[in-house]
Amino acid sequence: MNGPHDLGGQMGFGPIAPEKDEPYFHAAWERRALGVTLTAGAMGAWSLDESRHARESLHPADYYSSSYYQIWIKALETLLKRHGFVSDRDLAAGKAVDPAATPKRVLKAENVPAVLAKGGPCDRPVSTPARFSAGGRVRTKNFHPTGHTRLPRYARGKRGIVEAVRDGFVFPDSNAHGKGENPQWVYTVVFEGAEIWGEGADPTLTVSIDAWESYLEPA
Amino acid sequence: MSHDHDHDNELDPFAARVRALETILTEKGLIDPAAIDVIVDTYETKIGPRNGARVVAKAWADAGFAAWLKRDATAAIESLSYAGRQGEHMQAVFNSEETHNLVVCTLCSCYPWSVLGLPPVWYKAPPYRSRAVIDPRGVLEEFGLALPGTTKIRVWDSTAELRYLVVPMRPGGTEGWSEERLADLVSRDAMIGTALAREPA
Repeated sequence: MNGPHDLGGQMGFGPIAPEKDEPYFHAAWERRALGVTLTAGAMGAWSLDESRHARESLHPADYYSSSYYQIWIKALETLLKRHGFVSDRDLAAGKAVDPAATPKRVLKAENVPAVLAKGGPCDRPVSTPARFSAGGRVRTKNFHPTGHTRLPRYARGKRGIVEAVRDGFVFPDSNAHGKGENPQWVYTVVFEGAEIWGEGADPTLTVSIDAWESYLEPA
Repeated sequence: MSHDHDHDNELDPFAARVRALETILTEKGLIDPAAIDVIVDTYETKIGPRNGARVVAKAWADAGFAAWLKRDATAAIESLSYAGRQGEHMQAVFNSEETHNLVVCTLCSCYPWSVLGLPPVWYKAPPYRSRAVIDPRGVLEEFGLALPGTTKIRVWDSTAELRYLVVPMRPGGTEGWSEERLADLVSRDAMIGTALAREPA
């Protein structure tokens, strides 16, 4: 979707303002927000793709006025309601009122180190050979799906070179909507700055994205 | 561990919102609050940019490791026991005299947690995410880094599940240094690409 999250090339957000010796957390609630998000995700009811889509589906005004942990929590409430774990009545009461769906698993403290060490690999076998090869010329599609996609707006309809053929990976555009992993080949595609930004582009700039095969056409 | 920060207070509506959510999920038996403590402790004290600095230092000191890191970063990094969440599929990109690498996630906040820990706020915020791909030199100048006009800049937008680690150039005057000492020259920002490795004092 052409949501508020798709930020590449947008203007007007001001200076970056890196913070010297920045702490990992700026308030105690951010620690809990991280932990609640990860432990709730560990129930196994939704994918990382679905949670990304929940975040980018916030109203743009809400997205831009929220810190990242606030975005996480707002999206988490959506996911918990969607999957039957939390109700509006629970949230209004600030305590458990309604019964919850049964999770696939509950992450216990003693299992956290092993779960974090294992991570969640997203590479999958793909039964078809890779359509493109390193060095090949491609053009990204120009599309504007209303659902989740990982092809940024600034890189749509642009000509680039395949720099590397990666592995097969879960396709987020379908997986985010519970329509299956449908793995595809992923390629690192590099674009000249001028192809993307046109007049006035930095002549020393190249930008790459990692693109699923169905984002690409031969050029 | 969770209530030791003076910026937080009970009147902050967002703190109350998060607390309510944790309470609801705990009462329903869906999460274990002790698991949250372990997660927070892991990312506050155990997994951070020191991991990545050791990877870079080893690549500087050991040409064989550097070649492995270039070819198969996931396996090379795993050999140092830094595998894990948000580091499942790693790529290492090496700075050179010709090319400087810069990593961003314009769509969200993708970041190599297993080697750099949790991302800083600026990495996740709109100013960096919007500008890194269109005006990287302007971005770098805000970090105090002015590259020669002839240096090529390669921006890696982390749009899939690959996570990128920048390997900065090794500073001169560090011949014969131990990996531990070399690692002290490698900042988090140098491994994102918004800084160079520190020069030896």
